[in-house]
Amino acid sequence: MPRRNDIKSILLIGSGPIVIGQACEFDYSGTQACKALKEEGYRVVLINSNPATIMTDPELADRTYVEPITLDVVEQVIERERPDALLPTMGGQTALNVAVGLAQRGTLAKYGVQLIGASAEAIQKAEDREAFKQAMQRIGLKTPDSGSARTREEAARVVERVGFPAVVRPSFTLGGTGGNIAYNREEFERHVDWGLAMSPVGEILVERSVIGWKEFELEVMRDLKDNVVVVCPIENFDPMGIHTGDSITVAPAMTLTDKEYQVMRDAAVRIIREIGVDTGGSNIQFAVRPETGELVVIEMNPRVSRSSALASKATGFPIAKIAAKLAVGYTLDEITNDITRVTKASFEPTIDYVVLKIPRFAFEKFPGADPTLTTQMKSVGEAMAIGRTFKEALQKAVRSLEVDRFGLVSLQSLDRGLPPELIRDEAVARVRSALRTPHPDRLWHLADAMRLGLPIEELFALTKIDPWFLDQIQEIVEFEGRLVAAAHQPSALRQAQGPEPGRGAISHQLLREAKQLGFSDNRIAQLVEVETDEVRQWRTTRRPAGPHGTVTYKRVDTCAAEFEAHTPYLYSTYEQDCEARPTNRRKVIILGGGPNRIGQGIEFDYCCVHAAFALRELGVETIMVNCNPETVSTDYDTSDRLYFEPLTEEDVLNIVDRERPVGVVVQFGGQTPLKLALPLERAGVNILGTSPDAIDRAEDRERFRDLLERLKLRQPASGIARSVAEAARVAAQISYPVMVRPSYVLGGRAMQIVYDEPGLMAYMGSAVQASPHHPVLIDKYLADAIEIDVDAISDGRRVVIAGIMEHIEEAGVHSGDSACSLPPYTLDASLIAEIQHQTASLALELGVVGLMNAQLAIRDSKLYVLEVNPRASRTVPFVSKAIGVPLAKLAMKVMMGKTLEDLGFTESIVPSHVAVKEAVFPFTKFAGVDVLLGPEMRSTGEVMGIDDDFGWAFAKSQDAAGVSLPQSGTVFISVKDHDKPATLDVARRLTRLGFQIEATRGTAVYLREHGVEVQLVNKVKEGRPHIVDHIKDREISLVVNTVGSESSQADSASIRRESLHHGIPYYTTIPGARAAAMGIEATLKKGLRIRSLQEYHRGQG
Amino acid sequence: MKKAILALADGTVFEGRALGFEGETVGEVVFNTAMTGYQEILTDPSYKGQIITMTCPQIGNYGVNGEDTESTRLWAEGFVVKESSRRPSNWRADQALHDYLLQSRVVGIEGLDTRALTRHLRDVGSQQGVISHVDLDHQRAVGKARIAPSIVGRDLVAEVTCQKAYEWTTGSGAWVPDAPTSSNAASTSGAGPRPARGRPFKVVAYDCGIKQNILRRLVDVGCAVTVVPAATSAESVKAMEPDGVFFSNGPGDPEGVPYAVAALTKLIGWRPMLCICLGHQILGLAMGLKTYKLKFGHHAANHPVMDLRTRKVEITSQNHNFAVQTPGGVDPTAPEPPVVTTRFGRVAITHLSLNDHSIEGMVCLDHPVLSVQYHPEASPGPHDSAYLFKQFAHMMEKHHA
Repeated sequence: MPRRNDIKSILLIGSGPIVIGQACEFDYSGTQACKALKEEGYRVVLINSNPATIMTDPELADRTYVEPITLDVVEQVIERERPDALLPTMGGQTALNVAVGLAQRGTLAKYGVQLIGASAEAIQKAEDREAFKQAMQRIGLKTPDSGSARTREEAARVVERVGFPAVVRPSFTLGGTGGNIAYNREEFERHVDWGLAMSPVGEILVERSVIGWKEFELEVMRDLKDNVVVVCPIENFDPMGIHTGDSITVAPAMTLTDKEYQVMRDAAVRIIREIGVDTGGSNIQFAVRPETGELVVIEMNPRVSRSSALASKATGFPIAKIAAKLAVGYTLDEITNDITRVTKASFEPTIDYVVLKIPRFAFEKFPGADPTLTTQMKSVGEAMAIGRTFKEALQKAVRSLEVDRFGLVSLQSLDRGLPPELIRDEAVARVRSALRTPHPDRLWHLADAMRLGLPIEELFALTKIDPWFLDQIQEIVEFEGRLVAAAHQPSALRQAQGPEPGRGAISHQLLREAKQLGFSDNRIAQLVEVETDEVRQWRTTRRPAGPHGTVTYKRVDTCAAEFEAHTPYLYSTYEQDCEARPTNRRKVIILGGGPNRIGQGIEFDYCCVHAAFALRELGVETIMVNCNPETVSTDYDTSDRLYFEPLTEEDVLNIVDRERPVGVVVQFGGQTPLKLALPLERAGVNILGTSPDAIDRAEDRERFRDLLERLKLRQPASGIARSVAEAARVAAQISYPVMVRPSYVLGGRAMQIVYDEPGLMAYMGSAVQASPHHPVLIDKYLADAIEIDVDAISDGRRVVIAGIMEHIEEAGVHSGDSACSLPPYTLDASLIAEIQHQTASLALELGVVGLMNAQLAIRDSKLYVLEVNPRASRTVPFVSKAIGVPLAKLAMKVMMGKTLEDLGFTESIVPSHVAVKEAVFPFTKFAGVDVLLGPEMRSTGEVMGIDDDFGWAFAKSQDAAGVSLPQSGTVFISVKDHDKPATLDVARRLTRLGFQIEATRGTAVYLREHGVEVQLVNKVKEGRPHIVDHIKDREISLVVNTVGSESSQADSASIRRESLHHGIPYYTTIPGARAAAMGIEATLKKGLRIRSLQEYHRGQG
Repeated sequence: MKKAILALADGTVFEGRALGFEGETVGEVVFNTAMTGYQEILTDPSYKGQIITMTCPQIGNYGVNGEDTESTRLWAEGFVVKESSRRPSNWRADQALHDYLLQSRVVGIEGLDTRALTRHLRDVGSQQGVISHVDLDHQRAVGKARIAPSIVGRDLVAEVTCQKAYEWTTGSGAWVPDAPTSSNAASTSGAGPRPARGRPFKVVAYDCGIKQNILRRLVDVGCAVTVVPAATSAESVKAMEPDGVFFSNGPGDPEGVPYAVAALTKLIGWRPMLCICLGHQILGLAMGLKTYKLKFGHHAANHPVMDLRTRKVEITSQNHNFAVQTPGGVDPTAPEPPVVTTRFGRVAITHLSLNDHSIEGMVCLDHPVLSVQYHPEASPGPHDSAYLFKQFAHMMEKHHA
């Protein structure tokens, strides 16, 4: 069926900020969809509040709205743009929910907008758990016994029937938010309350638990002619009970016979037909009872998903792109497979390798969070690895995680048998107890259990991980034993090489076997007790080279080599035949950012993708290296060549050896490639742009201090301590409060403000662990200072200040967690000039070629330099969207020798509008964690609010982050003494706007003294009704709560927690509260107005 | 770990580890891209004369069981995999792959670059090869591969067909396909129409190397099947007075079985007829069309085939080395199913491979005859084409009425 001509214009809804459960994969799918629809000649209108996305680049759509994804805003987009159709399946749960909302509200009917991809009925049927269950019964498929409930009493009646353990699943949430497993009545009641609160429709499903069953996922596509294909069967390494986002998953499915798989495939086909997803992709999850093969359907997502992104990367079949084409009328047989160029999209990919996805967690960021893996997703990112065998893929995946484990390292020092200081029974007891509850480290505990001789049957009983997977790990562990043995005895396994036999050298054959099993050089070195470099030398310099030590690259081709692959989408393995076939073109390698983590996410992927686009414009061949399956950078379309590989020194050097690029780009992928800059340079690799030495000069505290002194720039008093005693001495000298942190860290990891010596002592215990090779840095903490972020670009001669961002929260809150305004909203011209001047001098002194980010602080009109990062920063996409200039692209071109003058970017752009960036936090996923902001970064994503004035831009940013500012009601205020004077302004503003004020005693007294009318309310420990009662009864519409000491933090934690649970906006800093008051004022003054980026930047760039 | 080699007639040699029965074997080396179903593949008689390479690298994961067989023994001449699992895991598994091969005396090899082998076969074509555990000399092995007989023109059917006729009455049981293709949505379950007269359709099936899942599927749609040796004369079949005749899949070249072509020629138009795979090629020859050898065959469970009448696509299971040649002047990609005039009247080309545009199915417009090149019984593979058995049953029902 050809393209639909009755539609001219299509609205696409993005997924908004990165949150746990909804990450870069929706930028990948949205970008593919945009490109596919534009290619077909449709007018594309897009809304997404996340500026760090490729899809919101103004070139991708005809109209791009970086606005909050709420019903009101999307309705206004529809009113302005009058699209013929809405494609709701590309933007995750967010887009689906909005589409359903618009249908229910009558907006779609009113403006004659058709839903394409999935109808409102289909979405409803798949998402409403009760409707889904009934649909499954109609087509003869089993689902776990369950019932829905809207109250605690209803839930109790259901659990009576299904029994314990029971799963509580809220309807219409993403990433299993609010989902839990209850083993007893007490837990059950708690989980029910939480689930009801988390569901946007106040409904939960109580379900018989199938914990411990095997879990499978099928990615299914259907076209208007009812052709159905299964793109990929995925098997979860982890059993049911662990959210699939937190599970290690494997493609293809490993342990199903064809008969069993086809039963599942038949079921999937029936499900997509019954639910009625007419065009596009769906993800269907099944559970299989390991003892009998009994099959039940768990759920279906009638849209592209994280799993479909994974399936796309795993097979080379671009699900989102094809789903978009199906949505506009094409059938699968009308779409050509990009990779083979001869076959059609109407087929099922078959793969001749094993793909493994492994989640990355960030529990260290959330003290108090429970790291047990459950039905609610808790991981913040993932890495994917491809190998010819499961074992190879597993070991590559482990090192892709970048958690300083280059293999299945022993957590109990068991590599060389039981160390004398360990008692076997105790080690066994430890490992058993670690395995009984699923935990992020279970893979390593399993390996240790095997080193201790625990049989697979027992490990299966403990973990319910399929014995096939367990035996694969066992094979790795057994081989490690062979390596250890080979290094320790002068047996046939060892072999002399060169004039002097190397210490610990192992035979060609053993080394090759190790590499085929996926062992990293680093892990081999550990086991045979040599330096990593030596293993690399054995591999690369030993003769005969050829098949023995050299890495080979294979292509991902969708068809297991049945047809020729025209797309160089490659992975490494140690085989006979190499398909890399490098070209003789001028080429550059771009190193990506690896798995998402807090502090390093989509912003850096955005920059890498822009670098690729820029090189393409310059006619240079681009080679991308990355291992994050969610991203646009790992789309085979983004670069000329894609290496889906871990970002370790070993893996990158192997690629450099094969490709021989003119240079490698480390500036754009965040810390991951930056860490590799020096080692790569040492290995003779040309690093493009800013030199590794300049990077080191900015990162190394002592060198950095010298730099600032040379430039006569001010810096907060600071010192370095290499021991606890020294730390106490330095801190006393600087005077408290001080900020302490280890050097070379990401996202404020282990950074803390300490107010006194006991606090410092407590910190020193944990910091040494945070970064063993680097000393602890101690800086004066500038209380109440305004923090400034500056992004600049330099060609080595000229520096252009791209954007100055004024943080809303005070210095001390991590810059990634702070909201900020571009242009600054309180600074005067002379300060801005000084900021520009200092930033430029830093860039020139460092010899920056490319991007640089500086963090500054202002206190008492004095400027302090906090840190400088001579690389792309997290704010680059935000600034680019705010000023309408693609900074990363320009930076890449500068690094290739263009001058800023060549590129026509010689002057700062100060926009007449205001853009506010706000951070988005995962606190709802981590019960029991305090939501206070601090120097340790904890946000997962960001949104942008853009408008003519600061107030509205801020209000939009809050709305986009899921916080709807109230327009009337009661504000609760409770602040620490230090903040009281500043609170007065906030309280007065709010009173003027018609709000009532409620405050606890100290704050109330102060405000009354200064003429503000205040109602007194009890603190929690002062008796009832207290403030938390008021929050629960929804008598409060805004909370302002700042705290100082740890005890007051603990006392008031329940206020913040309950505000979060009840969706009441809360501010934990005074500047934040002031901005909120300004936002409220703006929204009361005039109504919502939206504009597209194209309109904002008309006439620019 | 014991070494083994795989040598091809063109001189290419791969080194690997011994798998299965210790020995040496020759055959035409082909590759299959299915990700599941190695047990069905090993027991498929169509692989007589061939060494099978699985492109899926992890084989043996779910072991083997007593149920997932397509005949009473293994027929593959040899088995080539990247890695065979030492420990199978599945609730139905009762043996590991290695032991199964050992017990069935099938010589295998693992640990070689099967992707390199596959690309080589794709580029230069299927060819004879040798797997040896016992003589690792490359040149000698290549020499043996060179003198190994080709499958072209050979009668491999004689080696796999049954010795005497037998009855088959077992259906698919719990494994009945359950995903209707909506073009045939009228019949939504795997079971077919029950004959109006209350007794099963009597079908005589020519066993050219028949897969048991075909028999199970025929039973599912209401047939009682008598399986007869491939050399059974048309007259003796007529004497059995069946409601329908079936020509099965089988190994090798249709030109190697002129007797089957002769028998089929006599049965066209007499009773409804279904032909699958080799049976389809035999039908082609009977109608006067030509057959030819494909470069590396179709051996997969993911091939798209379009039904040219409905323009809908089925994902099919395929296993053949020869194909029916599209007659000159016929454009199989035309919007309407092309019709060819043959000695048996008009024949419509109804199914087309979307991968290489080869003929995948035909229907005689003047006689009740259906044929497909691919495997509607799947096993292994998707069930999209299960409806064909029902169409055959409907044909028999109509013929009676």
